[in-house]
Amino acid sequence: MVDNNENKKSRISRRDILKGLATTPILGFLSFDFYRKKALAKIKNNAIRAELGLVEKAQTVQFIKDKKPAGEVIRLGLIGTGARCKGGHLRSLGFVLPEWLEERSKIPNDQRLQSFLNSENLNIQITGICDVFDLHAEQMMDIISKGITPWGEAERAYKTNRFRSYQDLLASNEIDAVIIATPDFHHSQMTIDAINAGKHVYCEKSLTRTEDEVYQVYNAVKNSDLIFQLGHQNRQNESFKKAKELINDGVLGKVTLVETTTNRNTTGGAWVRHLDGNGNPKPGSPETIDWQQWLGSRPKIPFDIDRYYNWTKWFDYATGLTGQLFSHEYDAVNQVLGMGIPKSVVASGGIYFHKDNREIPDIFHIVCEYPDHEFTLLYSASLASSNSRGRRFMGHDATMNLGGTLALTIDRNSTQYEAKVDAGLLQSGEPLYKFPQSSSGIDAVSSASEKYFAQRGLVYTQKAGKAVDVTHLHFKEWLDAIRGNGETSCNIDIAFEENITCQMANKSYLEKRRVEWDPVRRKIV
Amino acid sequence: MHENSNQFTKSQLTILVLLRVVIGYHFLFLGLEKFFNPDWTSAGFLLQSNGLFADFYHSVVENANKLAMVDLCNIWGQILIGVGLIAGLFARTASFAGALILLLYYSAIPPFLSGNLFIDGNLIELLALLILALFPTSQLIGLDYFIHKARKS
Repeated sequence: MVDNNENKKSRISRRDILKGLATTPILGFLSFDFYRKKALAKIKNNAIRAELGLVEKAQTVQFIKDKKPAGEVIRLGLIGTGARCKGGHLRSLGFVLPEWLEERSKIPNDQRLQSFLNSENLNIQITGICDVFDLHAEQMMDIISKGITPWGEAERAYKTNRFRSYQDLLASNEIDAVIIATPDFHHSQMTIDAINAGKHVYCEKSLTRTEDEVYQVYNAVKNSDLIFQLGHQNRQNESFKKAKELINDGVLGKVTLVETTTNRNTTGGAWVRHLDGNGNPKPGSPETIDWQQWLGSRPKIPFDIDRYYNWTKWFDYATGLTGQLFSHEYDAVNQVLGMGIPKSVVASGGIYFHKDNREIPDIFHIVCEYPDHEFTLLYSASLASSNSRGRRFMGHDATMNLGGTLALTIDRNSTQYEAKVDAGLLQSGEPLYKFPQSSSGIDAVSSASEKYFAQRGLVYTQKAGKAVDVTHLHFKEWLDAIRGNGETSCNIDIAFEENITCQMANKSYLEKRRVEWDPVRRKIV
Repeated sequence: MHENSNQFTKSQLTILVLLRVVIGYHFLFLGLEKFFNPDWTSAGFLLQSNGLFADFYHSVVENANKLAMVDLCNIWGQILIGVGLIAGLFARTASFAGALILLLYYSAIPPFLSGNLFIDGNLIELLALLILALFPTSQLIGLDYFIHKARKS
């Protein structure tokens, strides 16, 4: 063996090695070339990001101290301080606990933290809160008293009162305006009472549970000079404004079908929320929850923790998917197309997956017909599949998928773009335009199609690339309107259109028939 | 086997080896770029396909397992072909494999269907690889030299 090896070795000369390995060093050169190119691309990419203001900020919390308060002080009362208020409203109004800041600052480039810090000084004082649950009310008082504002202030110069009932809160003369975030069945009565007490109202959706409530709340707000805003914060989303622009410019051609969806596949998403992450019951007992006040006008039944947390499951308290999620979808489409109340509505569905004690369907569909506008709005919801079906505006020439972002796809049989598709200027079937042109897409080479739209002035660039909280903007719009500047985008007329449409869907489902809107008698028939 | 390859003149051999190395360079580079980009997937390319097997390519995108497989084959195919051509290791197989991959690219999105010429870079590179397969040089310059020599002895 040894001999043999030596023999072989001796047969390989220097010349042989040169011949065999002559080209291998190229591999080394290539690795150098590869990393050189990567490094250059990184430098260039960083330069582009810097140019667009997208450079990742160091994760130290930097308050912008000199935020000027807007107008005179508005004193707010918060009615209902559960998850929506705690997790969203207070932050959007400018209060977070130091713990939150600390936790968020650990996340690189955190959009939530940045949008909080980018918030303006709304110049509000939260002088009153009200909740039937002691725990929620106490947590809220804590955040309001110890909370840090986007301009770094940690102390309040005013006192916040906890009221035992919302009627007491409304009777206080230290409150100018209220934010209502209770379960849905209280919304319309509280709004009416607040208006009668002379307070401006910001109310979460869904505003009404029955058709009668729609007329009552509409008349109450309409007959007052007070400012009303319904909580559809995506009205403030830039991509929706862009969508409206694109449709008005005829980029999609004739839009005859809008398909909008709910795609959830979690128990929380199906309103089973009375258990915590470990499967243990969440807090709450007849001793800590004012159950009679919670029930309000609803049938008197014994305390039930399931109903307290999961009220959406019963028609006694809400309209199920209609009020909770279709209302958002409807408003998303209505703010772009402005189509108003449909001529007819059919709704159907069933309880096919969540076989608990619920009354509301978990698979649910609504078809709204608009013969005058020559278009159909189709809503389809599943609480048993998270397959993301999007929200699609389908035109003859292009389809727009609209969410927090917007993507436009040319139709392969488009008339408007036929010549350009044939000439290879535009490609059908692939998204040709995205908004906002996402931060990850910045270094991508824009396609011929994108350039074409840029030339038509349709490409919007976020120069500062600043993240701003849409709920904050929605509050700001409401507060500005109270101070006499501008109007609310989700006013009572818009709320009326949406709530009538929701009530049509709810009626259709419950009565198992097609319902119509009588615009003369202003009634659902 | 390929005794004719011994009959290359010096300049013929030089240019053929040079061609082999630069095509290998190109392949290896594209393979590495995909390998080091965790977001890369062939989905976009396959979805755009409009040629003979478009339906098949589209079906690949719809199946996550198939797509992962195609992505993997693509990345490692390009890397191995690149290394093979540059180092001259199994270079003839690498040439044929490279030509096959390019044929797939070409047929997935034939340039003439989107308003371009019949001839594009892929087609030219494909033909060059066929030349390399027919005029192999790796037994003269490259690691195949050792294999060739071992076989001969």
